[in-house]
Amino acid sequence: MASQLPPKPTPQHSTATAGGMAESGHYRPRGLMRWLLTTNHKEIGTLYLLFSLTMFFIGGIFALVVRAELFQPGLQLVQPEFFNQMTTMHGLIMVFGAIMPAFVGLANWMVPLQIGAPDMALPRLNNFSFWLLPVAFLLLLSTLLMPGGGPNFGWTFYAPLSTTYAPPSTSFFILSLHLAGISSILGAINIIATILNLRAPGMRMMDMPLFVWTWLITAFLLIAVMPVLAGVITMMLMDINFGTSFFNAAGGGDPVLFQHLFWFFGHPEVYIMILPAFGIVSAIIPTFSRKRLFGYASMVYATAAIAILSFMVWAHHMFIVGLPLVAELFFMYTTMLIAVPTGVKVFNWVATMFRGSISFEPPMLFALAFVVQFTVGGFSGLMLAIAPADFQYHDTYFVVAHFHYVLVPGALFAILAGAYYWLPKWTGHYPPLRLSQWHFWLSVIGVNLTFFPMHFSGLAGMPRRIPDYALQFADFNLASSLGGFLFGASQLLFVLVIIKCVRGGEKAPAKAWEGAEDLEWSVPSPAPLHTFETPPTFHPREH
Amino acid sequence: MSSRDDQAAGREGVRRTVTRTLVVLAGMFAFAFALVPLYDVFCDLTGLNGKTSARAQPLVEQEVDASRTVTVQFITRGSQGLPWHLEVDTRQIRLHPGQREEVFFTFRNNGDETTRARAVPSVSPSAASLHLRKLSCFCFQEQQLTAGERLKAPLVFQLTRDLPPEIKTVTLVYTLYPVTSTPAEVALRGPITEGDSA
Repeated sequence: MASQLPPKPTPQHSTATAGGMAESGHYRPRGLMRWLLTTNHKEIGTLYLLFSLTMFFIGGIFALVVRAELFQPGLQLVQPEFFNQMTTMHGLIMVFGAIMPAFVGLANWMVPLQIGAPDMALPRLNNFSFWLLPVAFLLLLSTLLMPGGGPNFGWTFYAPLSTTYAPPSTSFFILSLHLAGISSILGAINIIATILNLRAPGMRMMDMPLFVWTWLITAFLLIAVMPVLAGVITMMLMDINFGTSFFNAAGGGDPVLFQHLFWFFGHPEVYIMILPAFGIVSAIIPTFSRKRLFGYASMVYATAAIAILSFMVWAHHMFIVGLPLVAELFFMYTTMLIAVPTGVKVFNWVATMFRGSISFEPPMLFALAFVVQFTVGGFSGLMLAIAPADFQYHDTYFVVAHFHYVLVPGALFAILAGAYYWLPKWTGHYPPLRLSQWHFWLSVIGVNLTFFPMHFSGLAGMPRRIPDYALQFADFNLASSLGGFLFGASQLLFVLVIIKCVRGGEKAPAKAWEGAEDLEWSVPSPAPLHTFETPPTFHPREH
Repeated sequence: MSSRDDQAAGREGVRRTVTRTLVVLAGMFAFAFALVPLYDVFCDLTGLNGKTSARAQPLVEQEVDASRTVTVQFITRGSQGLPWHLEVDTRQIRLHPGQREEVFFTFRNNGDETTRARAVPSVSPSAASLHLRKLSCFCFQEQQLTAGERLKAPLVFQLTRDLPPEIKTVTLVYTLYPVTSTPAEVALRGPITEGDSA
């Protein structure tokens, strides 16, 4: 693909008169309009991050409603109907409202800085794709107030639960998911266009930082599967409102088709939520080990391999629908194959630290916790990949434990690590050290207290998405609920860290961390609104 | 090359990238819808989703394989919001592959008005559906029953001899679904005689 790009200008030909110098004289709206109309990648990145933080707390409150109800057996606080809405909304909001926008926000802030571009390739589109999100999620949240309540069919919205038996608000749910999907697609187009066309002169593809690489691959995944999601929910919309029978057995449709289509989108989607995390961790570990990343090229190829494999494993979510034996074996082996490139990554991170001069600043703490705990989630994933064993684990808390290990101490910890890593660049101040350490340790304890016991309750047979449970699961659930509230409360410390960091603290130099090498550390801290209006001179390093 | 030219080249590159991604997008959206017929064709060829032919199939003249006995079970299910009852005379039969069998089902409308419904079939294990031939089935068309009316209808079928040997039990499930579309397509219901739709 690189060969088809326009010829790259050489650095000595670029002059300071080019680019946005004239822009400084532009009229700039102030107050609310500044944020509503901004086309600046840093401001839009900030908007994305703040939006995702808000959604993280809303989705977190929904999770705590679930954990409060599950604190002890029996029904205490909420009715099963509402409980189902809470589990569903928690999943939808965390996936589409918190994790994905957080990564897009980080991409907006950091991709142009890391490749030496003045801004994203399509700044106005960037503004539009952000502002679709608040609309989408206000609409989604408003379904909770509609007659019949909000979505109650689980975040995977399997038909016919989400069609024939769905609450009347489902059409609004579909619309909000369409909007969020369009936002993701536009964001992905923008990121691809930026990375392929706006790199600093002299920066080849294999010179790009891994966060840029992983996001490029993620963006391609988004382009490939978000239209499939759009197709599926459009079919649902037609089944509900226009009498078609895509998923309705009465009219010759097939509910199992829904599951195939959904997971054809859904499995690449779970890698969309983890590949950028790999990129963040691959930036942080070398920095705080004061070494080059071990095996840069193998990291790129492993990421690409994971992305390609993600299209060939979807039916491992459906081992119990009655697949023929040959399909069970095929999806079992392809799923296990993913452990190979993932293992390469974990090996490379560990090898990067080997004989490094390691220091444990907050970003590194979160990155290390990511490596260890994501691996725990990866191993439980391998257990679930074993088709005959999955017959036992399917739809139990073991699955809940598995995907929360890869998403919370996995994706979320990587986002937190990235936030701590780049906060000095964003605000010009180091995050307060003590508070960050408290945040880290309480998060680690909370996360493990919440999700580790779920392995046991799941193996013992406790089903997912159930508001009440048999008495023998009471102790595990007690621990999970206590951990959940500890984890939720400790995230308030993160808000405190951000507020303190924005308002003041130890001043950070341009190169805020000793071992940091990428281009973003060559601009002042805090990064001025406009950077790299003159393309920087990029000196490739040997990887 | 001046930096103005660089910018123009950059813009050209961005436009090309955007065009290409939009083409991929449109292609994937179309692909999602194309998967629906592809899935049906795939399932038809492999019998994977346990669906049987929606039309009557002729009997395959073959010698009955008396060395094997297969259990065939019948399950009938009602539907929410449809006051109908579907019952089968014999819940379970044992037969030899190649043999032609006939089983009677009874529809009853327990509601106060004339309604229409359809019994949708499903076969488990799905691998058996390729070897199940229905000579006549009430599931080929919709039924219309007045309030309190009963209807007795046969299922005539054959399990062919090439049924995989590991299949010892075949379960036929019939689920009633209300029909709300226009009555134009309702098949005229007459006394169902043996093989009349074959």
